Amino acid sequence: MLLIIGCEYLEFEMQSILSMLTYSGQPQLPSDDKRWKIVEATARRHGREPRALIETLHTVQECFGYLDEAALRFVALTLRVPLSRVYGAATFYHFFTLKPKGKHTCVVCTGTACYIKGAPALLAALERAHGVKPGETTPDNDLSVLTARCLGSCGLAPAVVLDNAVLGKIGPDEMLARIQKGIRQ
Amino acid sequence: MTLDELQKIAETERETEKKYQHRVHVCIAAGCLSSGADQVRDALKKEVAESGMGNEVLVKGVGCMGLCSAGPLVSIESDGKMYANVAPEEAPEVIRNLDTGSEALKRCPTDIPFFSRQKKIVLENSGKIDPERIEDYIAHGGYLALVTAITEMTPQEVIQQIVRSGLRGRGGAGYPTGLKWTTVFKTGEQEKYVICNADEGDPGAFMDRAVLESDPHRVLEGMAIAAYAVGAQKGYIYVRAEYPLAVKHLRTAIHQAERLGLLGNKISGTRFSFHVDIRLGAGAFVCGEETALIASIEGKRGTPRPRPPYPAAEGLWGCPTLINNVETFANVAPIIRNGPEWFSFIGTEKSKGTKVFALAGRVANTGLIEVPMGITLREIINEIGGGIPDGKKYKAVQTGGPSGGCIPEEHLDSPVDYESLARIGSIMGSGGMIVMDETSCMVDVAKYFMEFCMSESCGKCVPCRAGTQQMHQVLEKITSGEATAGDLALLEELCDLVRSTAMCGLGQSAPNPVLTTLRYFREEYRSHIEGQGCSAGVCQGACKGGKEEVSA
Repeated sequence: MLLIIGCEYLEFEMQSILSMLTYSGQPQLPSDDKRWKIVEATARRHGREPRALIETLHTVQECFGYLDEAALRFVALTLRVPLSRVYGAATFYHFFTLKPKGKHTCVVCTGTACYIKGAPALLAALERAHGVKPGETTPDNDLSVLTARCLGSCGLAPAVVLDNAVLGKIGPDEMLARIQKGIRQ
Repeated sequence: MTLDELQKIAETERETEKKYQHRVHVCIAAGCLSSGADQVRDALKKEVAESGMGNEVLVKGVGCMGLCSAGPLVSIESDGKMYANVAPEEAPEVIRNLDTGSEALKRCPTDIPFFSRQKKIVLENSGKIDPERIEDYIAHGGYLALVTAITEMTPQEVIQQIVRSGLRGRGGAGYPTGLKWTTVFKTGEQEKYVICNADEGDPGAFMDRAVLESDPHRVLEGMAIAAYAVGAQKGYIYVRAEYPLAVKHLRTAIHQAERLGLLGNKISGTRFSFHVDIRLGAGAFVCGEETALIASIEGKRGTPRPRPPYPAAEGLWGCPTLINNVETFANVAPIIRNGPEWFSFIGTEKSKGTKVFALAGRVANTGLIEVPMGITLREIINEIGGGIPDGKKYKAVQTGGPSGGCIPEEHLDSPVDYESLARIGSIMGSGGMIVMDETSCMVDVAKYFMEFCMSESCGKCVPCRAGTQQMHQVLEKITSGEATAGDLALLEELCDLVRSTAMCGLGQSAPNPVLTTLRYFREEYRSHIEGQGCSAGVCQGACKGGKEEVSA
């Protein structure tokens, strides 16, 4: 009985994989979103080899902002890598994120120089004012709070990156004010 | 590209620059860029164009000038004046007063020890050349060493020069570079690779980024010379994805060098071919470890493997691989150009040359510095760094990041070289140097680094995965005032265990910040445990816990 269920499951998996492949053996793009073509191009440039895994994930993240399940499955099929290995790499590296970010992002640098010059106070202020810890997004999807290991702007410690703009030598009040301004706009 | 052709390009470039009466340099490296340096440059260019001085004044975006805390920096090359904290609105003031110098703008004195005590080899072109133009690099002697090496020297001769220079790896451990090159060379004729480790993961370190952003060709030239010496045809630069500007400048540089035939097939008409590709890191500190870095280039999770076999014998895709750090490669071209004796004359007996440091923390002048080996920590902090601001008292300087240690006042006079720093419990490391004053709690700093190692541990070996977590837990207990004397003994035992049994450098060196703070600041640990609280006032829990205990 178990064997039959097992076989049926295998068949189901096979069918779902086959349905994603086109007649040329290449997987179908998950949707007709043009960004998939860019992802496909990266894989092609590296000969669709497993070694292109991290480069391809970088392209997905650059195009879509995060890696969702459809993307991970597509990359696995394109590069002929087990899905487990794709998931493994995507979760191992901090740069990749599996969740979409909010409308605004605030990255607090927690490098050594920023840490001793007040990064913990900045994070505490963010949690007090917006109720989010690092890695979280507010329920209204307005703000994501992230931390960076080191931005390399140690001369400007403590530093924060608010929507790609680096704000150096910043205090909690000024940071919160800038965030409010960003959200209101 | 022959030597003559190279010199012709240099000549033309120098002639073009000479035509301008004034040359205005704007630092557009990451530090100044985040204070709006690009807007300053654009405003200056606009001002020059509008005042019709386009033929007399050249405005050039250049790499890091060093004093990041005073950015954006603008330097007038014709007379050596420098302005600090320049705003875009001040562009007319700068341009109008090119001859006499402006009194209204904030001057940045260039005769202060911050500039005069430095010795620049790796950073010789930083702040002088436009990192996005190969001609500018060539005009400053660039690619001369590469073309000379491949047309006039044998690989053995090149390696001999590096051996005799006494250059040691700048990534932290200080392994003799010449020896590494010899090992890879001796593996015979087969496929080999050269890798540049630009995965600068240490928090508080930005030397490699500055070099890549300010002078990318220097690294490419060093890699190409190394490839010729060891017999490799393919190279990779593994650079952090968090450094977009460095990646951009590198891509441009590779493209330009290929166009001029300084990279690619049959360089300078010889049989030597060398191709360079960029691989982006993805935010894993452990990938700075060489075997983990190789795994990451191969498209896998960046977990290290036991050595031997070392990458020099079995590296990328099982082939012999030479891995050096950015700063190491940046030292290669000047050594070939000026000779090994010139290089070995600088520094101490066992540590030759200079070292680039990212000076940050509680010090007046923060930024990027390059100093000769053997200089004392006191000279770096008090003279170059300008001392501790706000009348605060010095407490410690942290070198080597999460693998290094905290050095107290009593050892400030020890020289900066690989052996001396190791003797006092720290390491040279890649070059992060964070100064701390009395407002920093050393137990908290140790906890900070342990938290870092804990979350960056790849999880492959148990001592590191579980040990860093256990140590972090004990430190957490101490900082919240709940620890006993037994916990301190446990912490020391754990340090010893993890140090002796972890598989790679990350785990083996993770206890270092704890060990050095225990060695030099044991009193602070004790006062957290015995209820006197945290003297720096950082650990709130310890203060509260302390009071309760006293009243009980």
